[in-house]
Amino acid sequence: MASYSTNEFRSGLKVMLDGDPCSIIENEFVKPGKGQAFNRVRLRNLKSGRVWERTFKSGESLEGADVMDRTMEYLYSDGEFWHFMEPDTYEQYQADKDAVGDAAQWLKEGDRCEVTLYNDSPLAVVAANFVELEITETDPGVKGDTASGGSKPATLSTGAVVKVPLFLSQGEIIRIDTRSGEYVGRGKS
Amino acid sequence: MAAADDWQPSATPGALAGRTELLEQLRAFFAQRGVLEVDTPLLCSGTITDPAITPMASGDRWLQTSPEYAMKRLLAAGSGPIYQVCKAFRAGEAGGRHNPEFTLLEWYRPGFSLAELIEEVADLARAVLGNTLHRVVTYRELFRQYLGIDPFLVDAEELEAFARARLDYSGGAETRDTWLDLLLTHLVEPQLEGLVFVHDYPASQAALARLREEDGVTVAERFELYVDGLELANGYFELTDPAEQRARFEADNRTLASRGEPARPIDEQLLAAMEAGLPSCAGVALGLDRLLMKKLGAERVRDVLSFDWSRC
Repeated sequence: MASYSTNEFRSGLKVMLDGDPCSIIENEFVKPGKGQAFNRVRLRNLKSGRVWERTFKSGESLEGADVMDRTMEYLYSDGEFWHFMEPDTYEQYQADKDAVGDAAQWLKEGDRCEVTLYNDSPLAVVAANFVELEITETDPGVKGDTASGGSKPATLSTGAVVKVPLFLSQGEIIRIDTRSGEYVGRGKS
Repeated sequence: MAAADDWQPSATPGALAGRTELLEQLRAFFAQRGVLEVDTPLLCSGTITDPAITPMASGDRWLQTSPEYAMKRLLAAGSGPIYQVCKAFRAGEAGGRHNPEFTLLEWYRPGFSLAELIEEVADLARAVLGNTLHRVVTYRELFRQYLGIDPFLVDAEELEAFARARLDYSGGAETRDTWLDLLLTHLVEPQLEGLVFVHDYPASQAALARLREEDGVTVAERFELYVDGLELANGYFELTDPAEQRARFEADNRTLASRGEPARPIDEQLLAAMEAGLPSCAGVALGLDRLLMKKLGAERVRDVLSFDWSRC
């Protein structure tokens, strides 16, 4: 694996730190005009999810981490593992609860998502930015009420609960922004 | 290598016009005070020895890291008060607030004390940034106030323990000055508001400033100006003693050698000019791009550059 110097640290670069794969979030170059140069780096530990800041002396280097982001198709969950498939090779991967994390509530069978592989096994799963899911449970829709701006909770086919406008009913397909968990509109399908 | 689709300027709308307006303000400021604008070469045969600054070479010459040496030769030749707006180059200094090629405003005032120059820099900052009050504080008082430690009395081990209790630092044992730089940049600068002049630095951070005894410690007659925590200018009551100057250059080269880096060619013409007689003076280098950032309320230096380092 290549090693990277502080001046090559970029957002998204994956490096090994204290034995764990980490992703660089931000790299700030700090230097007094007449003094030592430092790099103040925000990192995410890809195993634990912990985000923290570490300062390096400029010019230090870190080993790259064997981490790759792949777009995969979500197949199913057997209760313990979530199963994904690489669409080009049909190669299948199973991810545990730690790797899937919050993404679980947005995964619908057949949908595409981003799977991060570390040493060829899933380390993290990120759902697509927008997903379309069916409302399986909510209070009856209030016909014609598109203007009052009120909302109510709705349970979706994946078990996620989101706030939706009053006029929506059970059985409807809605579009969600998975980054914020917010309703953005009616689904196309 | 810069990508072809990065052809567009990095400057935000209004930054190009803002720079023109700033240059007009600065030239009017110095014209009113009878300070002469000068222009010195960017490519020189000598360069800076400061181990914390990495110069860039072009052919068999060095791109200047500041116009200091050439301007001091003009002062020694009897120029009187002078200023210059020019490009300076420092390898590796790229980031949100740094660009390896940047613009300096540097000026020298024969007969001025450090305190008089601080007042003039404050006047200039007010002329550009509006009517702002400024505060003048010693380096020692700054550390006492914000960190509760005396930077002149604590040793490297105590500084290390203090820093590691507050920051996740990847390096091992460091020199006193490196720990002080770490604490200053990470824990003090973010707390500074408005115009703050910090002066009387540790003698080990003197660079080209004179030394003086103060409260039982040796201090360097040097100041830095911060605007809302952003370092904007560095000034000295200039060292005029050529023997002391040569000793500092040689000490820098020994530090470089101990790190396995090549020695830098000492600027013999500067030393010869000091031998001939550099008038007692105070001088300051001010980051013009950063001043423009503050004038325009920009967050990143690239916002005020036509094309930043990644686009040229």
